[in-house]
Amino acid sequence: MTLLVDVRHRLGALNLEASFESAGHLTALFGPSGSGKTSLINIIAGLIRPDAGRIVIGDRTLVDTAARKFVPAHRRRVGVVFQDARLFPHLNVRSNLLYGRWFTPRSERYAEFERVVDMLGIGHLLARRPALLSGGEKQRVAIGRALLASPRLLLMDEPLASLDDARKAEIMPYLERLRDETRIPIVYVSHSIAEVARLATDIVVMAEGKVAASGPTIEIMQRLDLLPPEEVGEGGAVLDMKVLHHDEIFGMTVLGAAAGEMRVPRIGLAEGTTVRVRVRARDVMIATERPQGLSALNILPGRIAEIGKVNGAQIDLRLDCHGDMLVSRITRQSLETLQLRVGRDVFAVIKTVAFDRANLSPGAPLVLTSD
Amino acid sequence: MTWLDLTPDEWNAVHLSIKVGLWAMAASLPFGIAIALLLARGKFWGKSLLNGVVHLPLVLPPVVTGYLLLLSFGRRGPIGSFLDEHFGIVFSFRWTGAALACAVMGFPLMVRAIRLSIEAVDRRLESAAGTLGASPLWVFLTVTLPLILPGVVAGMILSFAKAMGEFGATITFVSNIPGETQTLPSAIYTFTQVPGGDAGAMRLTLISIAISMIALIVSEIFARRIGQRVDVG
Repeated sequence: MTLLVDVRHRLGALNLEASFESAGHLTALFGPSGSGKTSLINIIAGLIRPDAGRIVIGDRTLVDTAARKFVPAHRRRVGVVFQDARLFPHLNVRSNLLYGRWFTPRSERYAEFERVVDMLGIGHLLARRPALLSGGEKQRVAIGRALLASPRLLLMDEPLASLDDARKAEIMPYLERLRDETRIPIVYVSHSIAEVARLATDIVVMAEGKVAASGPTIEIMQRLDLLPPEEVGEGGAVLDMKVLHHDEIFGMTVLGAAAGEMRVPRIGLAEGTTVRVRVRARDVMIATERPQGLSALNILPGRIAEIGKVNGAQIDLRLDCHGDMLVSRITRQSLETLQLRVGRDVFAVIKTVAFDRANLSPGAPLVLTSD
Repeated sequence: MTWLDLTPDEWNAVHLSIKVGLWAMAASLPFGIAIALLLARGKFWGKSLLNGVVHLPLVLPPVVTGYLLLLSFGRRGPIGSFLDEHFGIVFSFRWTGAALACAVMGFPLMVRAIRLSIEAVDRRLESAAGTLGASPLWVFLTVTLPLILPGVVAGMILSFAKAMGEFGATITFVSNIPGETQTLPSAIYTFTQVPGGDAGAMRLTLISIAISMIALIVSEIFARRIGQRVDVG
């Protein structure tokens, strides 16, 4: 299902002018605070009426100001998971979950209560009041409540932002299951590069109320100029790789992609499984010749495709490794010393231990992050 | 306990007071919720004027309110004659008139309590309900109303309590007719006006205190129960 958004709206100091189209399974709206992400979500949900524009989901037009069409929120069948859960305090968890189901026409109910409750692991909470739930539990119930209304589109507005790291790690696998086990298109708002790289199939980058770029995650993630300053250090390329085999002797897993083979700490996934690997730009070194006598195990040949803008002492390079893209952040000095130019053949060097195995969870699609 | 043996007239006064109080409370409730919603959420010209009119019985001398009711709802008053002609509803010198006077006098208290609780409702919960498919009416019935229930109960109790004590407007509007419009305060007043009426006045006073206490305790129990249910954490 394709989501088309093309709206203009003035909200205080923010002048929102957003236009994008996404057929992705999970589209991330990514950008710094105040860039208009939440306003855009509220417009798609029908909680804000845009000054002008169009919103179309599949073949259904929700808003078309030119044709004076505006479908009110309660007829859109667009589910929302808010940052602050917003569970009904006067209802227990079961009644909260079943609230939206009540208003869904019988023929359009596709979400099954038992399955959703199982998927989110909230079966033991059903009789409780929302006031007695932890932050992570509240957010899982909020996801379940939105799902059980059988929405045509699910909007998630920074569902993890109010949680600490432990709770985030607790919910992340549920979000991945949600993405992979349901067929509902999801729009996911976040300002965290780690969340977006892990979850998104497509990314829409927002800046000051406008869409700065949009496209598949792997393409967008290579563009470090799109990152907000506080997330620049987290930036880097994303590769989808296959598990080739496990090296039991040294406790490693060998992954393969067009770029070549990459050794990462042992992960508990079957051979052939696809793994999303995020390689932070600052973890990638550049060598002009194949290095010898080096401890780093991953040496991938590639060609410099692009040299980015200077940022203080640093500069970002985009490497084409047989079609896969890597991004490397080096100093300006190294760029001069090594005489790096676009088109030059180089080697990208990445330490195996740069990859984190902390967030590995068996069964869930896995993301390896170099941090 | 012989001193508590009430005469038929005294029983009538007790019975009538409770009936008038309950009717005043029940009949003004829908209007109270509607006006409170309007004042809490509405944006319209003349809102402060409406607010002033609603609060007027609180600041006017009750006799004035009663006299105004007599002028407008009396047999020959514009509203009174209209209701009499078309619906056969008569207020003047009937217990229904006493209920109307009590409802008007208690109305500002009821509206105030409900309005405050509406203003305390987290509107984000209502928009969440909307995204789950609930139409505005359903949002009100399933989210707003349960959340403002403590305020609604408080408003009802205040209205009832005011009705139990209302004297000035009632006696001005519908007089002091035993068995028809003589409520507890009117009956007590009558006793104080005749020689040897002290015992009767005391009996009715004690009953009056007892009814008020029971009303307060019941409202406490209600409020606590509802408070537990809608505890926002």
